[in-house]
Amino acid sequence: MTMTMESPVPRLALGPVLYYWSKEVLLDFYERVAASPVEIVYLGETVCSKRRALHSEEWLVLAERLSSAGKEVVLSTLALLEAESELKSLHRVCENGRFSVEANDMSAVRFLSEQGVPFVLGSGINIYNHRTLQFLAGLGAKRWVMPVELSAETLATIQAERPAGVETEVFVYGRLPLAYSARCFTARYHDLPKDDCRFRCLDDPEGLIVSTREGQAFLALNGIQTQSAQTCNLLPELNELQELKVDVLRISPQAEGTETVIESFAACLRGECDPLEAARAINATLPYGACDGYWRGQAGLLQVAEMA
Amino acid sequence: MPIASAPSKPLELVCPAGNLPSLKTAVDHGADSVYIGFRNDTNARHFPGLNFDAKTAAQGIQYAHAKGRRVFVALNTFPQPSGWERWQRAVDQAADLGVDAVIAADISVLDYAHRHHPELPLHLSVQGSATNYEAIRFYHQHFGIRRVVLPRVLSLAQVRHVLEDSPVDLEVFGFGGLCIMVEGRCLLSSYVTGESPNMCGVCSPAKAVRWEETPRGLETRLGGLLIDRYTPDEPAGYPTLCKGRFTVADQTYYAIEEPTSLNTLELLPELQNMGIAAIKIEGRQRSPAYVTQVTQVWRAAIDACQRNPAAYTPKPEWLRELGKVSEGRQTTLGAYHRNWQ
Repeated sequence: MTMTMESPVPRLALGPVLYYWSKEVLLDFYERVAASPVEIVYLGETVCSKRRALHSEEWLVLAERLSSAGKEVVLSTLALLEAESELKSLHRVCENGRFSVEANDMSAVRFLSEQGVPFVLGSGINIYNHRTLQFLAGLGAKRWVMPVELSAETLATIQAERPAGVETEVFVYGRLPLAYSARCFTARYHDLPKDDCRFRCLDDPEGLIVSTREGQAFLALNGIQTQSAQTCNLLPELNELQELKVDVLRISPQAEGTETVIESFAACLRGECDPLEAARAINATLPYGACDGYWRGQAGLLQVAEMA
Repeated sequence: MPIASAPSKPLELVCPAGNLPSLKTAVDHGADSVYIGFRNDTNARHFPGLNFDAKTAAQGIQYAHAKGRRVFVALNTFPQPSGWERWQRAVDQAADLGVDAVIAADISVLDYAHRHHPELPLHLSVQGSATNYEAIRFYHQHFGIRRVVLPRVLSLAQVRHVLEDSPVDLEVFGFGGLCIMVEGRCLLSSYVTGESPNMCGVCSPAKAVRWEETPRGLETRLGGLLIDRYTPDEPAGYPTLCKGRFTVADQTYYAIEEPTSLNTLELLPELQNMGIAAIKIEGRQRSPAYVTQVTQVWRAAIDACQRNPAAYTPKPEWLRELGKVSEGRQTTLGAYHRNWQ
């Protein structure tokens, strides 16, 4: 009798909310998340330190709530740190002593490695090869989120040399985080100075769409972050993700339909529905279409997989 | 706070060179250091016809060293597994050539250089995205970097704050093309064209560009996307993705950034006084004429500022000269000036 080597089923993770939602909207959202089939939940403000929907203590209360609902909670840190106050908050998150932390800047990597606690490397940490991953694993990284511009082919090479005990997470659904700036593009749109932005990010729960003068939408402005207008959806690649031994699939929260997306991924992972059909149903709801170009080693905004 | 009049350590002027004539003219016109790249994707200006092979690099280094100047090599892209040997070879080659520093960003490249060539000085490239002193401490602790080039996202007050706690010297951008995003963390180019600075050493690559005369005006496209459209009286610019005119809701405008260059001539006394080690001029892709002009102006400005910081003010002819070689013929203080943010 021959045994076939089955790849373990990847776990579903929900990335941090990248937008500025009010406290009520956030808490309501995470109540639904608590009941959803995601196993890992990343929590925290990663884009702008001025956004204070929840105070740090409130984030921790929410973390406990999700933890008691059976979720693995990871606290995500700010991606762009410039001010001393931001380093101080970062320090507090890294020293929370209860939950593990996702580092989104090398300052966080430094804090976490000095404490000798295992940590997650966010997709904004530039890991383009296994040597870099190996180095950071030596400092305590237990999981890395692949930079979103890398392809399946590159991932396969890195996976072949992946250090023991390190999990791989791939951003499989959501608007792609593409860039960070000192400038706040939302404030610029509203013709307000960044220091007096009046929290206008609250107006647009999925950011502001940028189109060419021919009406082709391609970017979304989310404060100091620039995202893709198209939604990355790698659900049709579920088999390949499993073959590549990806451990964790990250769904990035959107204002609409996140629970449905989580349900679809979970149902496909249980083998209850066809990934292509499920993806087709999701993509039909996306106002600016889906994309998978990066995964195929092409321009990120392209949709390469045939969905018809 | 009044600017102290006691002269501090002179600011080092670091100039770009995309070829040997540019390197020579930079040295001749007063660059203290020149930075170059090799002819492949190991550096962030991987453009056709640009950069140095082993022979021209050796000639350039000899030329600069004979006049007491230094040469840095930028190896500041992020190797993907299949190309690792190119980066490894580039580090070895830089060490063999006797360059004065390697400017790197990727952890595997820094680690290799640090372990195999412990005598080779390392600078953290702007592509390393170190925007705070704790990140700088990380690279200093693990790879012994001696200098960091700061991303163009910090205000002057923030630069001063980083400097106070940085274990190494700081180099800041003084002039040239303005990246509006944190360098090393911008994927806009690959999102539209498939090629990014991190992976391929290019941003908005020329091969993805189209210029088209249409009844609506001159149109510039990148990867098929309309970046800008010009009326006959408007000067057209290269379609760098972040510098196009786009529509957001009801407005069509430069949604991300205007076509403009960074120019910090007026900040020189403050930069010198706070103890910045070096000023970097952007533009390895630019012509020897650009390098000549910009080097001349900045040499004169740094010398004047060094002689008498209290009396220093940028001369109108310097600003005119720099204006001529600026993108869109306009300049900005960029993020150094908080209101720009």
